[in-house]
Amino acid sequence: MFDGILTVTVFLPAVAAILVAIFARGKNADQQIRWISIGATVATFVLSVMIFVGYDQDAGGIQMVDYMERWIPIDALRSSYLLGVDGLSAPLVLLTGILGMAAALGSWRIKKRVREYFMWLLMLQSAVLGVFLALDLLLFFIFFEFELIPMFMLIAIWGSGRPRYSAMKFVLFTLTGGAFMLVGILAIFVTPGVNTLAMVSIPELGITGIPELIAGADLVIPAALIFLFFFIAFAVKLPLWPVHSWLPDAHTDAPTAVSVMLAGVLLKMAGYGLLRINLGFFQETKGFTIYDVAGALSILAAVSVIYGGIITIRQTDMKRLIAYSSISHMGFVMLGVSAVGSSAASTSAGGLSGAAMQMFTHGTITGLAFLLVGLSYERTHTRHIPHLGGLWKKMPLIAIFFVIAGFGSLGLPALSGFVAEIMVFLGTFSVWPWATGVSAFGVVLAAGYTLWMVQRVFFGARPATPGLSDEVYDNLTDANWVDMIPVIALAAPIFIVGIWPSVITDMFDIGIQAVLR
Amino acid sequence: MITEGLAWLIIALPITAMLVNGVLVRAFVGSASKYAGYITVAAIGGSFILSLMTLATVMSDGPIELESRDWISIVGMNLTFGLLIDQLTVIMLVVVSGVSLLVQIYGQAYMHGDKSYTRYFTYMSLFTASMLGLVLSNNMIQLFVFWELVGVSSYLLIGFWMDRPSAAAAAKKAFLMTRLGDFGFLLGILYLYSVNPSYMDISTLYQAIAADQIAVSVATWVALGLFAGAIGKSAQFPLHSWLPDAMEGPTSVSALIHSATMVTAGVFLVARFFPLFEYSDVMTLVALIGGFTAVFAASMGLVANDIKRVMAYSTISQLGYMMLALGVGAYAPAIFHLFTHAFFKAALFLGGGSVHHASGTFNMKYMGGLKKHMPKTYWGMIFASLSLAGLFPFSGFWSKDEILGHAAEVGTTTANIVLALGLVAALMTAFYMFRAIFLTFHGEWRGGGEQETKDAELAGEPAPVGNSRSHFGESPWMMVGPILLLAGLALFIGFFSNPVVEVGPINKHAFSEFITVENTAVFPTLEAAKHAGAAPKFNFVVAGVSTVLALTGIGLAYLMYIKGVISPSAMGARFQPIYTLMYRKYYVDELYENYIVRKGFYKYIADALRWFDEHWIDNANVYVSNWVSRIGKSGALIQNGQTQTYAVGMLVGVVAVVAAFLLWG
Repeated sequence: MFDGILTVTVFLPAVAAILVAIFARGKNADQQIRWISIGATVATFVLSVMIFVGYDQDAGGIQMVDYMERWIPIDALRSSYLLGVDGLSAPLVLLTGILGMAAALGSWRIKKRVREYFMWLLMLQSAVLGVFLALDLLLFFIFFEFELIPMFMLIAIWGSGRPRYSAMKFVLFTLTGGAFMLVGILAIFVTPGVNTLAMVSIPELGITGIPELIAGADLVIPAALIFLFFFIAFAVKLPLWPVHSWLPDAHTDAPTAVSVMLAGVLLKMAGYGLLRINLGFFQETKGFTIYDVAGALSILAAVSVIYGGIITIRQTDMKRLIAYSSISHMGFVMLGVSAVGSSAASTSAGGLSGAAMQMFTHGTITGLAFLLVGLSYERTHTRHIPHLGGLWKKMPLIAIFFVIAGFGSLGLPALSGFVAEIMVFLGTFSVWPWATGVSAFGVVLAAGYTLWMVQRVFFGARPATPGLSDEVYDNLTDANWVDMIPVIALAAPIFIVGIWPSVITDMFDIGIQAVLR
Repeated sequence: MITEGLAWLIIALPITAMLVNGVLVRAFVGSASKYAGYITVAAIGGSFILSLMTLATVMSDGPIELESRDWISIVGMNLTFGLLIDQLTVIMLVVVSGVSLLVQIYGQAYMHGDKSYTRYFTYMSLFTASMLGLVLSNNMIQLFVFWELVGVSSYLLIGFWMDRPSAAAAAKKAFLMTRLGDFGFLLGILYLYSVNPSYMDISTLYQAIAADQIAVSVATWVALGLFAGAIGKSAQFPLHSWLPDAMEGPTSVSALIHSATMVTAGVFLVARFFPLFEYSDVMTLVALIGGFTAVFAASMGLVANDIKRVMAYSTISQLGYMMLALGVGAYAPAIFHLFTHAFFKAALFLGGGSVHHASGTFNMKYMGGLKKHMPKTYWGMIFASLSLAGLFPFSGFWSKDEILGHAAEVGTTTANIVLALGLVAALMTAFYMFRAIFLTFHGEWRGGGEQETKDAELAGEPAPVGNSRSHFGESPWMMVGPILLLAGLALFIGFFSNPVVEVGPINKHAFSEFITVENTAVFPTLEAAKHAGAAPKFNFVVAGVSTVLALTGIGLAYLMYIKGVISPSAMGARFQPIYTLMYRKYYVDELYENYIVRKGFYKYIADALRWFDEHWIDNANVYVSNWVSRIGKSGALIQNGQTQTYAVGMLVGVVAVVAAFLLWG
């Protein structure tokens, strides 16, 4: 079975990266590179829409499968080339399509080493798409780890502040997490009876997935340890308190488009992993299941939400502020995952779908916020909030969309953030009332830091102490139409999903139902 | 007469106006286009007509039953949206769309020449749509959605002149303080949902309560949460302090949002879930918070110099009145007071805006003698003030008296306490309102906005923001018309629910019976309706006492500010500590901002956590890497490549092994 569309989607950006590397020479090389890259990401976006729309919700299951029984010709590895899409991954592929396009468009003004920059950016998009679409555990792991290389380059070379430090920190954290995951994969691999590395069952192909294979099986090491290994990898990536400290540095020092990708889709790989692997694999394992630790997960989530939210309030760098707020918001994903409850009977599917929704909405909202901070930074050359003020007058469009992103982040109804948060809260409260009640205070904190930033940066007057020089301030310009295309591309889903959430929730519902066996 | 489609149109019309203004007019016509005003008036006018049609339908046929539609429908979670059109809804619809329509007409003149005229009407349309949606919601989550949306419209409108730092700060303060209350609201929703998701539907909840299917403890916790939301939105103590600051917005905004409609949403919320509240143990708290706020806020109004702030305190105080009414079970009087208050308070605020046009300031110390320049505004405000003070035959007299009479009739300790508080507030209300009238319209002209700016310069203080030049003369009809219309209504609408006479075709308890007896979902029995004030008896003692108190208040103001028999400054000097306490708003702002937020939260919680994060969590990787390299280095010491060292090591090892054998072998 080889449908082809998924393979094309995953590798199209990578192929474009190779094209960029080899061709596009001569006088107008930079311009050609930009157009090729944008063309490739737009095509990927169109493909992601086709995948999303093409997914047959009535049929459900894994669709558009690309399958090759052995992609590494070593039979002992048991690894197959298996790509497929289901309700859980389809919206995330769409999200990656949107954000990849927005990131490429938002990189229009990159002047430094244009060829390499776009090459790495496109590679990054391929890696993320691979993570969401790979259904073979080894393939998944390879994509998951491969994403580190472009990210390291993008932060280290095109970053600001302490780019080398931040890039290295990012890599070390993720790599450590990845090492744990590899041990987890090996433990599953050597379990007797596991004859495939397929992460799901696909009856049409006669594939029985790992969840079925390890259910009730005797594992070589305790199931709790394997769970923990995967959990560490994803907790670092999410990031969850207390392994979050790489995120503010990476975000603050990364170039705008990379922050957009990082917040928008890279963190979602972790949430996806938690749902697909930690939840999908460990419901019927022997001696330990995810139900045993769901309560602990809810507490970790509440700590992340509140701890992240409180620290966010004291940030003075716009990017750092949004980065910390991401820790708080990704805590809601964890909270939603904990809605699995202490037994199958108490599981709230609504909370789990809410976790998935929170990933989607946080991707668009925070992506938009980073994009706008980037636009503002390009003009003012500072992100230090006390130096800014009264920018609405000078750049109303940037200000309006920033306010929209801010309202999205604080969970204003009619914007998508509210949908995700209310789903997580409603779903999880019946399972873990205290952790949910405490976490819900995160929305008050979110209102605090968001409105504080909006007030200080866009409202009010210029600060009396020298922030921007008169020359800079007087010559500030608003976003032009080139800047606005990615902004609108990210703002549109925030409104659409906020008002008409079932377009995404129906899809996630199918995915979650399949994961919950 | 009204179909579901038409009912949805009530919300859809202002939303359309918002989109057209905010996107099309702003982009293609201009940021100060007069069409924005026309579009908004037309849309809200349409909503008003539809609201009247809905009122007529409900009056003739009773509540309209409509199906809910799916919003989010997944396994294990089904969230819906839909309309609930009962007696309470239609009253609110008429008040909201009616007052909004008049305020939009007024705004055409009041906001004339503002460079963001289009934005003003965009926000106003958003607000009106959200408020109409709030009163029409048939389930708790949808209600919460619109509740938040009115909050954000309020935020945007308070911060309308956002280049003023004070306006930007006030907007943020308003949103944050109400959100603190909304946290309680949210928890209430979550708890009730976890008990039974179908209780989100308000009609289902009514039935469940009528059938005793909910535990009292559940009802109490949920009601407590909802009441927290109501406290925030209706600016009740202790979340009251955002409302006076909210006066940074345009005066027309204050008239519509921060007096007549949005701030009454908290009262509406308690009324909407009245069966739940009655069933719970929270009613006493509602009554006491309301009663306390009524007096507490009025006392701050006694000494405020900004005419808008006087009215803001008055609004808080009157909302306290409504809360205390609900708390003692006086459902019909509370809603009736909400109804009459919307008209006379909107008239007062619009009058305040008109006064500002003439005097260039809101500071009453710099006004005076405006009566002869603007007689229409003057008489409009006099009518509205008499109504607020609660004098016969104005509407405020009837509604306030029903509340106090009901409290007297209930006769419990709580009811007696709030009755006393209500009477004290009545005295204060009459005093501060006529103090404002006398300072503004009577006496000598004291220089207006220019003088205030000059004085501030002399004193070396920053010039007051928003002052303009004074120009004597009546405001245009576009402004005076709505004031007079609202003031006229303040005179007549009291007879919709007077306990004494029938006026023409109107039954003497028309309003209260409509809202209680006919609403059988909320009041299943006639007994329950009677209990909620369906047919209040006229209590001559209470009416007499409150009238005497109101007259005393007016008389006192007359003696102090017209006759000068009692010198206000001498009074202020004699009661210096009390005066300062009230003038400084009981130091609540200082307590919240300096102590709780800055010292408590920022310093001891947030900064401490940040320090912990930066020094421990953030550096954990550095510590780990240092330890790794230290271990590596100590290992490298041994492996120095010299044979002698290895030989010594071997020798030590052999000796150790031999010694071990000898000792333990």
